[in-house]
Amino acid sequence: MNKNLKVLVNGIIRENPIFVLLLGMCPTLATTSSAVNGMSMGLATMFVLICSNAVISLLKNLIPDMVRIPAFIVVIATFVTIIEMMMNAYVPALAESLGIFIPLIVVNCIVLGRAESFASKNGVLSSIFDGLGIGLGFTLALTLLGASRELLGTGKIFSMTLYPAQYGSLIFVLAPGAFIVLGYLITLFNLLQQKKEPH
Amino acid sequence: MELIGIIIVAIFVNNVVFSQFLGICPFLGVSKKVDTAIGMGLAVTFVLTIATLVTFLLQKGVLEPFGLGYLQTISFILVIAALVQLVEIVLKKISPALYQALGVFLPLITTNCVILGVAILVIQKDFNLLESVIYAVATAIGYAMALIIFSSVREQMELTKIPTAMKGIPIALITAGIMAMAFMGFSGIDQVFK
Repeated sequence: MNKNLKVLVNGIIRENPIFVLLLGMCPTLATTSSAVNGMSMGLATMFVLICSNAVISLLKNLIPDMVRIPAFIVVIATFVTIIEMMMNAYVPALAESLGIFIPLIVVNCIVLGRAESFASKNGVLSSIFDGLGIGLGFTLALTLLGASRELLGTGKIFSMTLYPAQYGSLIFVLAPGAFIVLGYLITLFNLLQQKKEPH
Repeated sequence: MELIGIIIVAIFVNNVVFSQFLGICPFLGVSKKVDTAIGMGLAVTFVLTIATLVTFLLQKGVLEPFGLGYLQTISFILVIAALVQLVEIVLKKISPALYQALGVFLPLITTNCVILGVAILVIQKDFNLLESVIYAVATAIGYAMALIIFSSVREQMELTKIPTAMKGIPIALITAGIMAMAFMGFSGIDQVFK
């Protein structure tokens, strides 16, 4: 249990997919125009991560090494199709605003990366915890980015008004704001990291 | 006229990198030198055109007539992965010089979301075959252009002093943000072609 907890925390902080590993940039930039959008993209990716990690770690002895990558991709694509259909059925408005980035979870390097580097070498339970940890790290990063952009752009967080919209600058909700806010957030993360371990 | 509109919109107004956020990982990864940026740009143009053509025919010829629309994601990604392998093998046989230039970039392209993204987008936008291929070529040109401009800026940045916490990816992202702002200046230009 202790080891699984370590794997979980590792995914959230030490190997945070966005701030440390710098993987999966496309959905990170594209879907974070508001905190809610960022969080739902993170949760959808987390679902795929946990399921594909579990299935791949169960199948790891059955899949021949030569066709490992295509096999992983098929497993991942299956779960992506499931979440895509579920979102279209139950939350159509959200599915509309995330658009093409739901099917594009297939080519998110985080998911394939975890399948290759963790799930194909470890047991089912710790693979599930790894998926949960990395998924939570991804979700937290996306929510933080979405919330910062929403606040700077429209003065709201999770649609709660903190200050009137006319003081916000719309550019942060539009495309350029995504790049700039993420750039400064990673800088901030680096600064905190440097303070913790002075050279 | 409409085709020219599609080309202008795909290259400038809805640039893949700066307004649609597709293919950011290779965009940040291979944009340190202008030479590699040109190689990657050419490889993407090559694969994107063929992949869009093949996936379009697959969708209209197999998936739609048999009511298998829900298999779109799985079948597209498998076809693209196989296609990239095939292009690599064929290129090695037919044109070793071109293979030398593009070889290292080809395996990276399978996980480049531009390819799958455009394949799905042309279906969503309900383009016909000609429009799809032209859209794919124009998108690829926009991608190559963004890569080349960005890499020349980054080459200059090597010579400047940057705070340690900002080195590498953070400063690259902020630069990309400023370039995206410049590209916003093109919005509205497509009205001319309507």
